[in-house]
Amino acid sequence: MSHINYIVKRLLQILPVLLCVTILIFAMMRLIPGDPARIQLGENAREAAVQALRLKMGLDKPLVTQYFIFMKQLITLDLGTSLLYKIPVVKLISQRIGLTFSLAGVSMFFIILISFPLGYIAGMNKDKAADQTIRVISLAAISMPSFWLGILLMLFFGVHLRLLPVGGWGSTPLEHLKGLLLPGIASAMVTAALVMRNLRNSIVDINSLDYVDFARSKGLMDKTVKKNYIMRNALLSAVTLLSMRFAWLLGGSVVIETVFALPGIGKLLVDSIFARDYPVVQSVVFLLSFSVLVINLITDVLYAFLDPRIRL
Amino acid sequence: MTSNLNKQGQHLVIQQHLIRMKDSLRIALRNPSFLSGGIILIVICIIAFFPQWFTDYDPVAISAGDPLVPPSTNHLFGTDNFGRDVFARVIYATKIDLQLAVVSTIVPFVVGSLLGLLAGYYGKIIDMVIMRFLDVLMAFPFTVLVISIITILGNGLQNIFIAIWLVGWIAFARLVRAEVLRVKESEFIQAARVAGFGDRRIIFRHVLPNAISPAVVYATSYAVLCMLTAAGMSFLGLGVQPPTPEWGSLLSEGRSFIGVAWWMTLFPGIFMAVTGIGFSLLGDGLTDFLRAKGR
Repeated sequence: MSHINYIVKRLLQILPVLLCVTILIFAMMRLIPGDPARIQLGENAREAAVQALRLKMGLDKPLVTQYFIFMKQLITLDLGTSLLYKIPVVKLISQRIGLTFSLAGVSMFFIILISFPLGYIAGMNKDKAADQTIRVISLAAISMPSFWLGILLMLFFGVHLRLLPVGGWGSTPLEHLKGLLLPGIASAMVTAALVMRNLRNSIVDINSLDYVDFARSKGLMDKTVKKNYIMRNALLSAVTLLSMRFAWLLGGSVVIETVFALPGIGKLLVDSIFARDYPVVQSVVFLLSFSVLVINLITDVLYAFLDPRIRL
Repeated sequence: MTSNLNKQGQHLVIQQHLIRMKDSLRIALRNPSFLSGGIILIVICIIAFFPQWFTDYDPVAISAGDPLVPPSTNHLFGTDNFGRDVFARVIYATKIDLQLAVVSTIVPFVVGSLLGLLAGYYGKIIDMVIMRFLDVLMAFPFTVLVISIITILGNGLQNIFIAIWLVGWIAFARLVRAEVLRVKESEFIQAARVAGFGDRRIIFRHVLPNAISPAVVYATSYAVLCMLTAAGMSFLGLGVQPPTPEWGSLLSEGRSFIGVAWWMTLFPGIFMAVTGIGFSLLGDGLTDFLRAKGR
């Protein structure tokens, strides 16, 4: 019961933040120099159309009223039409969002695949050769631009070995997956290194705690101690970090999708900024921040379920 | 007489400070991460300030030579599609990228730490306002927030700085605030209060030195983040505009010739990675050092 209460409480806490986010985005669109209606319709729009939109957006009314009109449009998903693609923004985004979330999913897969085993090995062998090597590699991974790594991967697997596509998304599910492999690895590296370091440090810390010594001296098998006493606790903070980084992956998709010419949300954002396609810009920014809020909520709830010590 | 004693006392204090600084420096230099990070960054600084020592080629002029020549003794890193020497472009780009890393870190570090200090120390309304504002900004992914601000301000190097400044203070404020909350309850702060010291003196002489270390360590990794983000913006075409050499925009130029000229993408990235590793090593060493000092 307390879990449900907690979830409801967190949901209610999100609402004011969400409200402020909409205010910020609204302010952002008003801060762009020029007439908002003209900005929405583009430079070449007819004067009559601009005038009509001006009335619809309530530009002759006070700012507060204009904000409520904007909110109404957001809630009813009436986000306008893309200037560049000439289709409703909602439709455009729904076509593209699958790719971005799949990419984040593929990255997550690689992050876990790389960071969990390496972090475990490093933490269990503190200060030995394996630990030092892994530490140096993770340091290098954190310091590297992921888009550069992406280009290098593309150079090696795409241009040199001709194993994987140099960019693009293909049309069948298999081609989709192939297209996502390299960008997935490229954007996974930094987070994998961070999670690995986090896991290593938690394992080192937990390893020296009394209850672990006690478990060992009780005569429990080494495997049991490692699995039930150390890993379970070490994974807690790693999981939190992982879900926090999911939001980061969504933001990072902006660059990595451009590198690999993937038609996702990130590429859409960049293209729309260049084309001054502001209805799309505002919707994508809103969508991304909304996703971050939802992900943070899920993290908190997940954490509460995973760690029974947290009082709700 | 008393003034003489005072002077002597001050002299002693200064001497003690010097000895302590010397000791700290010795400990720091014995730390391999700190030492190697420092050396890397010193070399990068030399390259940034005296690029002419390293190459005779002009990084911008187009008439220099044949286009897309692979690396050779003549052109160490080859030439780009306009026949410009890639080595010269990478070398001359160092200054801008170092600036991007350092300048975009210092401002948020100072502003964020100050706000965190105020929020943590005074609590109540100030704390609430700053923290709620943080909550809202935290809802945007870092890159997206930077891009949004650049959308409003327009492209260019200067606007990248502004965008990163506007976003960057968040993390510093959070870090310092958390530390201040911890330090604030310590006995020595209460002692300082009992001794009748003013708020300003307590904040800057007693709280700040004990609350700033996580922010200092974070600053090194934030410098890497800024450099990579700014380079990413330039890569997208939203930052430094051609023909000005900058590692991110060099990579973007190289991306178009990836099939024919691998050298155009490989070398700028290596420089960027090495600089990033320098900052990270420095931060790692700093963490060890501060942990040892805290003990």
